Amino acid sequence: MERYLTKNFGKPNAIAMAGYLKHGGYRALRKVLKKMEPKDVVEEVKDSGLRGRGGAGFPTGLKWSFMPQETDGPKYIACNADESEPGTFKDREFLEKEPQMMIEGLIISAYAMGVNTCYIYIRGEYATQTKILQQALAEAYEKKFLGRNILGSGFDCDIYVHRGAGAYICGEETGLMESIEGKKGQPRKKPPFPANFGLWGRPTTVNNVETFAQVPHIINKGASWFRGIGTEKSTGNTIFGVSGHVNKPGAYELPLGYGLKDLIYKDAGGIRNGRELKAVIPGGSSVKVLPADRIDVPLDHDSLTNAGSSLGTGAVIVMDDTTCMVRVGVVLAHFYRHESCGQCTNCREGSAWLHQLMVGIENGQGKIEDLDLLMDVADSLEGSSICALADAAAWPVQGLVTHFRDEFEEHIKTGKCTSPDSFRI
Amino acid sequence: MLSENAKKEIEREMAKYPEKRAVILAALHLVQKEEGWISQDAMEEVASLLDLTPIEVREVTSFYTMFNMRPVGNHHLQVCTNLSCALMNGRGVVEYIQRKLGIEVGETTGDERFTLSTVECLGSCGTAPMMQIGDDYHENLSEPKIDSILETLK
Repeated sequence: MERYLTKNFGKPNAIAMAGYLKHGGYRALRKVLKKMEPKDVVEEVKDSGLRGRGGAGFPTGLKWSFMPQETDGPKYIACNADESEPGTFKDREFLEKEPQMMIEGLIISAYAMGVNTCYIYIRGEYATQTKILQQALAEAYEKKFLGRNILGSGFDCDIYVHRGAGAYICGEETGLMESIEGKKGQPRKKPPFPANFGLWGRPTTVNNVETFAQVPHIINKGASWFRGIGTEKSTGNTIFGVSGHVNKPGAYELPLGYGLKDLIYKDAGGIRNGRELKAVIPGGSSVKVLPADRIDVPLDHDSLTNAGSSLGTGAVIVMDDTTCMVRVGVVLAHFYRHESCGQCTNCREGSAWLHQLMVGIENGQGKIEDLDLLMDVADSLEGSSICALADAAAWPVQGLVTHFRDEFEEHIKTGKCTSPDSFRI
Repeated sequence: MLSENAKKEIEREMAKYPEKRAVILAALHLVQKEEGWISQDAMEEVASLLDLTPIEVREVTSFYTMFNMRPVGNHHLQVCTNLSCALMNGRGVVEYIQRKLGIEVGETTGDERFTLSTVECLGSCGTAPMMQIGDDYHENLSEPKIDSILETLK
């Protein structure tokens, strides 16, 4: 199995343009500019089966095909480097270790969609990565992979870095666009979709860092090579991030469809301190928790959806048997309450209410009716707001109360935590 | 008052966008880099540079977590308390720093050296528990490591 994404990470000079070129960098861009029409690039990406790596898994080539061919003004691309889904730390791997891969992918994508101006929206807290990225872009301009008439092709492209300032909701594509425009990152209603009305009303496509990083590989080795990796409907490798109670937390490049059980026990070294597994969140905090008896599942979109969860960002959070699931509920509910942008009543009030209920249960003030109330409030959050943050706030609660109801009832009946040393090493 | 350098930087930023308003986050980052926080005066200055009303600047400033709307100490200790860090005793990190510095979350030490905050996920889950101080991430924290980090910060 070739680790085509990460194989040069950590090698001397991989961060720098010299290293990237030595490892075959920018061959894909040259190939595209010399031998492919924009629509050929879109078709290739479509054929590859690449799905977005930002958490929603939307087919990338299809998203690109929504951009109008002819237009009377600029079109834009925004690269989503806002990486804020709890448990997720994979995009920073590209930014820190081989930023040119994403940059090359972004330039190819711009060519494919007839875009001349791209913004990389990078979360404000990634200050170190921002400096590396700015240096990488300067090198790309110096080599004339960016700017006017790239490699003599007649194609112009500029990439600008746009720093965020601490707001999870700005990772939502329309919240991101609002933020680039200089406003609060409050999402827009869809339709209209960004390809029709995006940045400053112009056709725009937003994709994740890793999605762009996949593109040069698809161009170099072809769509059918890419389709040969992973599963039929979830193609390619991805970087899984494993965190929590494992012996070897970290970023692991593996094909989609790899077994969750193997990832935890083989690659991440199993559960720390000789303890037993209790629960796993397989795709970042917004996806439903899986209890220990449900982890024998392939890590791909369909399999995880069928298992009652979701692939999300591939951020695998592992909890052992010292973990108090009520505390997990409090921590997650706090997050969504904090990050709700506030414009939709059910999300603003509902996320606060969920947190309040969780805190009450943890503090020994819960009532048995609170469990059905938690589910009711969570259900009312689903599908009734401008963006998916409300759903993301609902799902963890639904997962926890469904699979760990006994533990929640115990908390309520005894008025205290059954595992008081929980969350302490 | 923003420095001349900062104002020039803001003008350079403006060239990247079709509308001035888009540089507001960059401008606020520059204010905070120079002054440590975003004051009412600073918001009014940014507003006039960007042809916005002060309230338009204020609503953006208050929306984004990174902007300090009150002064902070020389070193802002931002400890992650989201799930992966919590599972790795992130709460213990907070409590240790509270005991060590004699302040609660949200407070600043008397000598204005440190302010302590808790923050949401910083994207460092594989190296938890961790905190951010200024631009830097401090990962895989332990009590001895926290001691040595704080010692070096004047």
